[in-house]
Amino acid sequence: MSIWEYANPKRFMQTSSWALPWVTGLAAMVLVTGLTWGFFFTPDDYRQGSTVKIIYIHVPAAMMAINCWAMMLVASLIWLIRRHHVSVLAAKAAAPIGMTMTLIALFTGAIWGQPMWGTWWAWDPRLTSFLILFLFYLGYIALWEAVEDPDTAAELTSVLCLVGSVFAILSRYAVLFWNQGLHQGASLSLDREEHVADVFAYPLWLTIAGFVLFFVALVLFRTRTEIRARRLRALEARERMV
Amino acid sequence: MVDLGKYAGTVLGAYGVSIALLLGLIGMSFRSSARTRRQLEAQEKRMGRHG
Repeated sequence: MSIWEYANPKRFMQTSSWALPWVTGLAAMVLVTGLTWGFFFTPDDYRQGSTVKIIYIHVPAAMMAINCWAMMLVASLIWLIRRHHVSVLAAKAAAPIGMTMTLIALFTGAIWGQPMWGTWWAWDPRLTSFLILFLFYLGYIALWEAVEDPDTAAELTSVLCLVGSVFAILSRYAVLFWNQGLHQGASLSLDREEHVADVFAYPLWLTIAGFVLFFVALVLFRTRTEIRARRLRALEARERMV
Repeated sequence: MVDLGKYAGTVLGAYGVSIALLLGLIGMSFRSSARTRRQLEAQEKRMGRHG
């Protein structure tokens, strides 16, 4: 069985209708467990106090903001190279999720930053590249809405996605590229010196898994909607021709 | 209830905003799905009637 079989909308609808309840249930379970563990059963940090609990939302949301764009990039490349409609519809379906994740990362970062850094916002490399990533998400969604012909919209948004990938990469590695600014480096790292303490890391891994599953469930759900919307447009066009 | 100390507003604010945004996203996705489904069913019914 090849992955390209799922480029067939009918096949995708069949498989996703079977998988969606399982992924959704698993996402809810992992997310609730991770957040409950992190919020209720972890100690305060000796320097940051109880604000450390924001890490269980801020870090997974920021990771998903970048990874969602990476997924959109792969889906857009598949569209540009192989012309599979389901892939570009999946990218379209993922964009509002990625935008929401970026917004959550920016908001929670500002709320966390105020008591820790003494400011809501700084033109720090990572913060600024995240703001630009948010604007790219907005632009991507707006472009889909602005262009009437779906294939032209798919073409233009895919190219925009390629360009925006530079900022998605910058958002991830800004701290390394420019060794300045307020934002710290990676919270989870193989380097024991940089890594957060295990007591915070275990529930954090769980919430990250929960956010990933939540993303997969919502992308499947929204892609199904996009496939139905595409069929609706095709039927309306056929009716107009008769 | 967990004691959040002097940062209670900060932590609850961060969680509140995030949950509100996630619920908004889920709500929008459900609304859009229901609307599309309804329109598609109506269209298929109409075209079925008219061949």
